[in-house]
Amino acid sequence: MEQNDNKNSGLNRRKFLQGAALGLAGMALPLDRADASFWESFFQKHFREMNDAEIKKVLSRLEKECEIKYKKAVKIGNEKAMPGVMFGYGLDLSRCIGCRRCVYGCVDENNQSLDPQIHWITVLRFKKGEKWVDLENAEKYYNPDKVPQDDYFYMPVQCQQCENPPCVRACPTQATWKDPDGIVVIDYNWCIGCRYCMAACPYGARRFNWTEPNRPAEKINPNTHYLGNRPRYKGVVEKCTFCIQRSRNGRYPACVEACPVGARKFGNLLDPESEIRYAIKHKRVFRLKEDLNTNPKFYYFFAYGK
Amino acid sequence: MNRYIVSAAGTVFFLFFFFHLHQAEALEQEVHKKFLVPPPPFSQGIFPCSQCHQGMPANKAPRKLEMMHQDIALHHMPGGWCFDCHNPDNRDTLRLANGKIVKFSESYNLCGQCHGTILREWKAGLHGKRTGMWNGEKQYLLCVHCHWPHDPEFKPITPLPPPVKPSDIK
Repeated sequence: MEQNDNKNSGLNRRKFLQGAALGLAGMALPLDRADASFWESFFQKHFREMNDAEIKKVLSRLEKECEIKYKKAVKIGNEKAMPGVMFGYGLDLSRCIGCRRCVYGCVDENNQSLDPQIHWITVLRFKKGEKWVDLENAEKYYNPDKVPQDDYFYMPVQCQQCENPPCVRACPTQATWKDPDGIVVIDYNWCIGCRYCMAACPYGARRFNWTEPNRPAEKINPNTHYLGNRPRYKGVVEKCTFCIQRSRNGRYPACVEACPVGARKFGNLLDPESEIRYAIKHKRVFRLKEDLNTNPKFYYFFAYGK
Repeated sequence: MNRYIVSAAGTVFFLFFFFHLHQAEALEQEVHKKFLVPPPPFSQGIFPCSQCHQGMPANKAPRKLEMMHQDIALHHMPGGWCFDCHNPDNRDTLRLANGKIVKFSESYNLCGQCHGTILREWKAGLHGKRTGMWNGEKQYLLCVHCHWPHDPEFKPITPLPPPVKPSDIK
């Protein structure tokens, strides 16, 4: 019965859809944008499927785009993970005074948007002695004259660089993945902004650019990495990468250098001489929401009392 | 036959020599491990101490200072006195309790006399701040870069502004 109907109409469902798809595709292709850069970015391959020559070409195109946009030369690096390195982070909660120097050190290093404001690190404040594992109800807008305050302690939270990252599994386009040195990275050219990863992250560590990231050219840090702190686009998700542009060149992340009390520790988990291994061996460390089996590489500990 | 004995003896000697060398090297590193530190944070124009203290007799009696250094209130070790740490014979150096002379740039040895566990963790990179390379040369801060030695408790500081609340975004 149905088939008869189709024959009579002369246009079956399949043909109609084909035509509609072609028409839509035609509408979606902006033929007025004829510049090479646009078409090259349109057909850019997945980062992990490109060979070195292709990556080099993409990087030089992106550098040119940044220069046009910010009127400033930006170097976009592509340092690979070093063999025998698995990055780990330690944070001494008995020392952290909640001053947020790490937050703004991170913003300056990683070219986050200033307005609307994007912070990769959130410093939470807890009252001593009360139930404190309730992360969702922790205070992050505290603003006293001086820190630390007597009755509180502070806990900075950022991407935990999980060994088993839920965000990576949630991503429908494979725009985010875990590199061999344990850093979970995002390819901003493949991110479609669906924010499934944000919903999947139990630590609230990912941030979304609702508008064009707003950062004046003079505040752009020109030393960037393709998977790290290069200027982002509107509609992409971004996150902490342990300062991939610094750590893969042997330097400490910016938050480590910004911390005035030295509460932040960083190193190679595979190196028994590193300070992070010392902390794991000699202190009682814990990780956030360990019961979720995400296996974070971010270790909190209390070195001493006051 | 003789040849074998000689070569065996040679091997033993070589092994012994190598082992000895290795031991000596390890010991050397233990004793002379240097920590790369920035210059100590002296107040402006106050160092070298000998520019004022040259020829000034050392008065070892505890008293209230009136001519200079009035700003120093010794909250660190109540009942203590300058020469517990400063060297009365050469003011440009410090002195340990056992009489050993220490440079200002190695003052962590002085602090470590009482705060031994902290010094151990400082050397391991756990206490205090290290900058530089995580896989290479690291710069350590001296204890006195963060702790005013005469009143070492860390002073509260002003926090940077909190994040914008979602309700305040226009």
